[in-house]
Amino acid sequence: MRRGWSKRRAQLERAKERAIELVIAACGVSAVVFVFAIIYFVFREAAPLLFGGLDLAQFFGSEEWYPDSVANKRYGALALIAGTASVTILAMAIAVPFGLGTAIYVSEFSTGRVKEVLKIVIELLAAIPSVVWGFVGLVALNPLIIGAFGTPVGLNVLNGAFLLGLMSVPIMVSIGEDALKAVPDTYREAAEAMGATKWQVTWRVLLPAARNGLLAAVLLGVGRAIGETMAVLMATGHAVHIPTSPLDSVRTMTATIAAELGETARGSDHYRILFVLGTVLFLITFIVNLTADLAIRGIKKR
Amino acid sequence: MGVFLSSPEAQRRHRMQSFARTIFACMTVLLILPVVAIVGLLVIRGGSALSFEFLFSVPLRGMTAGGIWPAIVGTVWLVGVSLAVSAPIGVLAAVYLNEYAGDSWLTRIIHLAIVNLAGVPSIVHALFGVGAFVLFFSLGTSILSASLTLAIMTLPVIIASTKEALSAVPLAFREACWNVGATRWQTIRHVVLPNSIAGILTGVILQVSRAAGETAPILFTGAAFFLPHLPQSVNDQCMALSMHLFTLSTQVPNVPPQITYGTALVLLLVVLSVNTTSIIIRSRVRRRRRW
Repeated sequence: MRRGWSKRRAQLERAKERAIELVIAACGVSAVVFVFAIIYFVFREAAPLLFGGLDLAQFFGSEEWYPDSVANKRYGALALIAGTASVTILAMAIAVPFGLGTAIYVSEFSTGRVKEVLKIVIELLAAIPSVVWGFVGLVALNPLIIGAFGTPVGLNVLNGAFLLGLMSVPIMVSIGEDALKAVPDTYREAAEAMGATKWQVTWRVLLPAARNGLLAAVLLGVGRAIGETMAVLMATGHAVHIPTSPLDSVRTMTATIAAELGETARGSDHYRILFVLGTVLFLITFIVNLTADLAIRGIKKR
Repeated sequence: MGVFLSSPEAQRRHRMQSFARTIFACMTVLLILPVVAIVGLLVIRGGSALSFEFLFSVPLRGMTAGGIWPAIVGTVWLVGVSLAVSAPIGVLAAVYLNEYAGDSWLTRIIHLAIVNLAGVPSIVHALFGVGAFVLFFSLGTSILSASLTLAIMTLPVIIASTKEALSAVPLAFREACWNVGATRWQTIRHVVLPNSIAGILTGVILQVSRAAGETAPILFTGAAFFLPHLPQSVNDQCMALSMHLFTLSTQVPNVPPQITYGTALVLLLVVLSVNTTSIIIRSRVRRRRRW
């Protein structure tokens, strides 16, 4: 009788254990479920327009964005794509040298307390909310740009790119530093034993060895910059046209969604075209992140 | 030393070395300056607005006077509800990845999904929130919709830091426990989790800071421009600090600058102090580690 009771108890224990493991496994795959849910629900709202008469040639080839026009609605997203591209490229021109340079300094040239403090400051830089960056663009960079270049408005590509550059630097530094740290110390020792200076070691040995990881760092920075919303919404002005200079105002894809979604009626074409933009954004960042991940995986395998 | 430095080639190399070092140091300093400048600017211009009254009274006269109390309360609601959802899921997901899953194709897909979840633009998360929670699940624009959107968005933060905390517990701890007959879950429950709780906490705290600062995902899912009353349940809309800063600085004319700067300062202080707490806990844990 007693044995039967303890057997039952053991069975109960095992059932409980199985149930807990099931819950844990469900949480484990939740991230996959959520990614598919994002694709599904964004695409679901976009699909009726995407398959129901959206002229893709116009969408990707025209800069005529008149979603509200009564007589002739046109959904040319070229200017928005150009807006995103221009801000991102200029932001990267700022962020790549600074991000990788700082990664090299933190990883190779600084030690002890200095290194700790630098890493903390960069972490805090990453923590500043994008709406605060946008606010800084409005109240600080705007007058600075007007003063420096004599433009009537300081909300333009340059302003947005400067903010985005600073915002995407932290991820570049942290991933770039990881990549440099992953290079075995024997490489450094071998080069230093040959009489190379620290800079020669960095330039000739570490950078080639950490190439993939540094590429991933840059790509993740690009991904951040493309997807950033509030800062560019507030700091790049609202001009839907293809910029010809860094001092032109533009509007990015993300800013367009944020600015217009609130004013559209659910189910209207205008509403759906914003979800089409969202789908395109998702695909772009998906490809960028996938490439970055493959690059990182390359290092780990070696 | 002089003997070794005398050759022009060696001198050139040393000049190059110190030149490179200086350049990288300058870049690093130039990165730190904006943080100092931003905090300084907000403190100087917004510091005077900070008062008991500013924090604890409602906005008046079309938000051009009064305080930010409803926005603070709203942010607490949003962060609290999103935390209640994402913390358990995130911690258990990390437990699965670190304790149960081996190196299989499934783990790789999960890893890829987490990377992507972290990389999806915040405005796409907002579109998802509208499509899924507001419309499909008919939750409407409410605290619940906004918090769920935030929860999914910040999930990767918790998973990544919990995983790091779990993998810092030595395998020997687990083996010792298995050897006395404990099951996997008992080992996790009584050995692994208690030994990594501080590390998990830092991840949860980081999530708080992310969720408090985000604006785009709550824009269309639950945050309101202006509400005179405080939310009573998760089905109500609410104001939020981040949203309030956006509204004040772009949508409302003639706001006295110190109110806008004050709001920005409060938001920044909340986020930075939460982050600093997380950093302090983390460095304490690392120093105190006994193995």
